[in-house]
Amino acid sequence: MSHGPTHEALQHQFHSLDQQRESSTLGMWLFLVNEVMFFGGLFAAYIVYRSARPEAFVAGSHSLDIGLGLVNTVILIGSSLTMALAVHAAQTGRRRQLLGFLGATGALGTAFLVVKGFEYAHKWHDHLVPGPGFSFPGPLGGEVEMFFALYFAMTGMHALHMIVGIGLLAWVFAGAWKGRFGPQYFTPVENFGLYWHFVDIVWIFLFPLLYLIGRH
Amino acid sequence: MSAAELPATHYLNATHGLKSWLLTRDHKRIGLLYLLGVSFFFAIGGLFAALIRIELITPAGDVFQPDTYNRIFTTHGIMMVFFFLIPAIPAVLGNFLIPIMIGAKDLAFPRLNLLSWYIYMVGGAFSLYSLLHGGVDTGWTFYTPYSTAFSNTYVIATGLGIFINGFSGILTGINFIVTIHRMRAPGMTWFRLPLFVWGHYATSLIQVLGTPVLAITIVLLALERLFHLGIFDPARGGDPVLFQHLFWFYSHPAVYIMILPAMAVISEVIAAFARKRIFGYHFVAFASIGIAVLGFLVWGHHMFVSSQSVYAGTVFSVLTMLVAIPSAVKVFNWTATLFRGSVSFETPMVYAFCFLGLFAIGGLTGVFLGTLGLDVHVHDTYFVVAHFHYVMVGSTITAFLGGLHYWWPKIFGRMYSEFWGRLSAIVVFFGFNATFFPQFVAGYLGMPRRYHAYPEEFQALHVLSSGGSIVLGLGYLIPIVYLLYSIKWGKPAGDNPWGAIGLEWETTSPPPVENFAAPPVVEHEAYEYAERAERLGAAPTT
Repeated sequence: MSHGPTHEALQHQFHSLDQQRESSTLGMWLFLVNEVMFFGGLFAAYIVYRSARPEAFVAGSHSLDIGLGLVNTVILIGSSLTMALAVHAAQTGRRRQLLGFLGATGALGTAFLVVKGFEYAHKWHDHLVPGPGFSFPGPLGGEVEMFFALYFAMTGMHALHMIVGIGLLAWVFAGAWKGRFGPQYFTPVENFGLYWHFVDIVWIFLFPLLYLIGRH
Repeated sequence: MSAAELPATHYLNATHGLKSWLLTRDHKRIGLLYLLGVSFFFAIGGLFAALIRIELITPAGDVFQPDTYNRIFTTHGIMMVFFFLIPAIPAVLGNFLIPIMIGAKDLAFPRLNLLSWYIYMVGGAFSLYSLLHGGVDTGWTFYTPYSTAFSNTYVIATGLGIFINGFSGILTGINFIVTIHRMRAPGMTWFRLPLFVWGHYATSLIQVLGTPVLAITIVLLALERLFHLGIFDPARGGDPVLFQHLFWFYSHPAVYIMILPAMAVISEVIAAFARKRIFGYHFVAFASIGIAVLGFLVWGHHMFVSSQSVYAGTVFSVLTMLVAIPSAVKVFNWTATLFRGSVSFETPMVYAFCFLGLFAIGGLTGVFLGTLGLDVHVHDTYFVVAHFHYVMVGSTITAFLGGLHYWWPKIFGRMYSEFWGRLSAIVVFFGFNATFFPQFVAGYLGMPRRYHAYPEEFQALHVLSSGGSIVLGLGYLIPIVYLLYSIKWGKPAGDNPWGAIGLEWETTSPPPVENFAAPPVVEHEAYEYAERAERLGAAPTT
């Protein structure tokens, strides 16, 4: 660890930018571990109820719009790609590219939420939102409600993380606009990227569990 | 030691004014902010405990209505568990000491540290407001379906306060882990770390891994109440026992969030006042990690009578007994440290001895309760209440007070009255046993917990317990007086009043803002009392 010229971003408790970056990144990974446990509670509930009533879950997943789900999966994976490119642009100090890729990531994230909003609206219209208004044709009716309870809890928590992510993205974008990031200091971009990829990965699990399993 | 004086500038007087405290990023000042916070919530929780003991003096429910009584013990439990016991030692002593002990200038994320204090205060204020305004009568465990379908009280609001507070613990945990990994001074290897740091490392792991599960549980609870989601509602295909699984997956490890930092304090105090290296340092260090890991595998022992299969119950029973092993390793190693040590009985050490006795009783009755057959008999009785109070109050609060007395001269630079210190420790010990030992007996004879009226045959035991609680309360009040007195009028302590070993004793009391005049370099093991004595060629005292 060299004591090079001090960078304006170096905080007083650290010796070097290296130490500061390693600390921030470790902190971010720990936060993501914490997020895994948070979603883990929901996945545990899903496993318990799915194994208790598999037919109802199959019936429920048949009433989801697989086309919109697929579109959203592609959108989100695309946004992870632009995010990875944004981190690379920050590391190599290309500010205009960085702004472009961050903007693209934000646009794709917003597109995901819009599609999700249409899906929710359809479900509301079809009386598939759990609660007093819920109705599902067929003998499994009541049991399918649990599937939708989990569907809304899981995708809702995921969407909430997307919304928070877009808010953070705006903050990173503002920093990039002011030219704060470069080859020496790009930790916020990198750590936000980790968060964004994590939210993407949650969806990569949600999509097959909710839309695909049991479909032939 | 010659007449010491306080250093001219230190972290307490470097800047002045309310703003310099409320916007501080200094881990030492944030630790003191936390001390104010946990003391406040401890006082509230204690007040509600007093109301419980008043009601239970007579067999008839003659002071409070049953509903009011339910709200009282719920408030007592929530305030004490979430807003006092969980943050107490890590957020006050851990915050203050970890950076100093590893030779760092501050925690890795000072702003996050301040944020976590604000989150804690907001969460606490929120919960307290809803508990006092409408009250919650579910007990601190919020069991479904009562909490979701029947209880007409402020479940969501109180839960939201606990949810918010959870982020404070998570952020503190992340901060500690990163700090311990990345901020150690040159030469401070993992096995040179004081055991205090190991204990807090294990605690932080639990906080990061466990707290989010509580968070999602509270979210589901709130969704169930708000939107009738049905996840815990048996009428709609949900399973209320799933709530218990999720709740205890956090809340049992939370017990170790409370006890591991207490053990961490005891390791430091015993080494200092036996003037000896902790016997089996590596075993004590790994016992902390062992407790943290095993602690995640035993939640089912809270559910022996909640429709859990007998096979699962047996597995959880065995796993529960496994946790006793690392706990016993620690107790035996502390005892072995005392053997042929140069033991003296200053106030912190008196507290440490209280801890050893009380923790032995609390821990061993935990093994009773982990035994499937016996637990069915004493489930939901005062035996359980007595057991967890021996661990949470008898062990954790005793260690907290011991640690506070041990590092008080470091924190404020002045000594308190040794006479009053020892006296209050002894009062706490006797008051505590008088309060809670009768509860073992009452519980074993069949006194259920959470009842406000009871058969007359239990009255003698309850009166004993209520009487003891007055003594215990007194024992907790005395230190407030002499500790506050010492801040202003105490004798200057000097850098190392106990002649202890550790980086925190090598800087001034109180420490400077950046903890050390020059960045320390570590060349010795922790607790190298014997080597130091050899170096000095004299008796092992300063």
